Amino acid sequence: MKTVGILALQGDFEAHRNAIERASDAAHPAQAIEVRTAADIARCDGLIIPGGESTTMWKLLEMEQLVEPIRAFAAQKPVYGSCAGAILLASEVTHPVQAALGLMDIAVERNAYGRRIDSQIATIQADGHDMEAVFIRAPIIRRAGPKTRVIASFAGDPVWVEQGRHMVTTFHPELSPNSPVHRRLLEKL
Amino acid sequence: MYLSEEFRLNVGLAEMLKGGVIMDVTNVEQALIAEKSGACAVMALERVPSDIRKEGGVARMASIKIMRDIMASVSIPVMAKARIGHFTEARILEALGADYVDESEVLTPADDEHHIDKKTFKVPFVCGARNLGEALRRIAEGAAMIRTKGEAGSGNIVEAVRHIRTIVKEMKQLTVLGKEELVHESKKLGAPLELVEWVAANGKLPVPNFSAGGIATPADAALVMQLGAEAVFVGSGIFKSEDPEKRARAIVKAATYFRDPVKLLEASEELGEPMRGLDVTKIPENELLQTRGW
Repeated sequence: MKTVGILALQGDFEAHRNAIERASDAAHPAQAIEVRTAADIARCDGLIIPGGESTTMWKLLEMEQLVEPIRAFAAQKPVYGSCAGAILLASEVTHPVQAALGLMDIAVERNAYGRRIDSQIATIQADGHDMEAVFIRAPIIRRAGPKTRVIASFAGDPVWVEQGRHMVTTFHPELSPNSPVHRRLLEKL
Repeated sequence: MYLSEEFRLNVGLAEMLKGGVIMDVTNVEQALIAEKSGACAVMALERVPSDIRKEGGVARMASIKIMRDIMASVSIPVMAKARIGHFTEARILEALGADYVDESEVLTPADDEHHIDKKTFKVPFVCGARNLGEALRRIAEGAAMIRTKGEAGSGNIVEAVRHIRTIVKEMKQLTVLGKEELVHESKKLGAPLELVEWVAANGKLPVPNFSAGGIATPADAALVMQLGAEAVFVGSGIFKSEDPEKRARAIVKAATYFRDPVKLLEASEELGEPMRGLDVTKIPENELLQTRGW
């Protein structure tokens, strides 16, 4: 049984916990725990940084001195970020410029699709299969470096990107009934 | 309705606020302090509830200029309040691009019988409630999140505690009832059977459940979250205190570490004076804000 930590500083961590429980099966058994401290992180085989407000999460990461523990964790184990989590995994953040963990070679522009009016539920193709993608005040991945692999795109922009053991999505698979992204994370543990 | 795309998106937007603090701000300077302190959203308004209470008169939707200025100054979501039943104010806020609309009892109600038909809007709504029936009626109208009403502008947590305890208890009670009893409960609660059945099966609301109305300290925020709230709204509690920035940061920390007494202790140290606060039992009945709406 593997343990997936959901960073529970702020955001939709409960939805990710449920998504991991749904994705867990006999081939890849996993449990999800909420993590808020460096000691919690040390107990995990993989980490999810959820959707929410990236500025709030970054503030708390700094205030509680969790930036270095997460970077050290990421040097060994997989980290997946959705939406705000994707912003935090990036090496470059714009609109506005913001510090981040720099775990993946991607440049992300925040709130790029605009406000609520532009949130939507779309169908995208990932590795040849249709899947639902819930976009909420989504960021845009403006650049994905040479070491990354784009698993899915939407309207010409990468929306699911992988680099080695790490992944980001600009959409929220945790809000769909069935998430290939969470299954893929379990396979990486 | 619960599976419609619009409703899922709006509830999804509300999910993103969980574990966070939504702060009332009246100008750009306060909005920047809120963002810097880790607020997950700001509520843009002309006067905070304690001033509305003091100054009296009709409290309406904030001026467009204040909201535009605040929306231009921060990258976090901006909410705005419309009067209960004032669907035109809500349409204007939607056209302006507000991220969420609060159909709020803090403003003077525009309609003493009807709330806004929120299903006809794209913008997500938050609404206040004191009990489960009220919460479910608002959800039936299309609210994507619920907050306790508490007693806004009082700096006194007692009403928010009463409301969150009431809602949680009423939900627990539904989970042990049989189908035929739920029909009777639906009638008693004044809420659609379909929603009553959903709550009975799941033991929670189909939308995020937040708390508001009287939160003034990190301990207050942690208290309502331990009682079942999933995020907190702080109105007058921050910018009516001695050191707003420090208090804002402390309440943000408390909303995350609400079950960790050591972190709550850290958050509670040297905050300066909180807002004064009011004894709710001394507020005349006709000046209570929580009894607005039904």
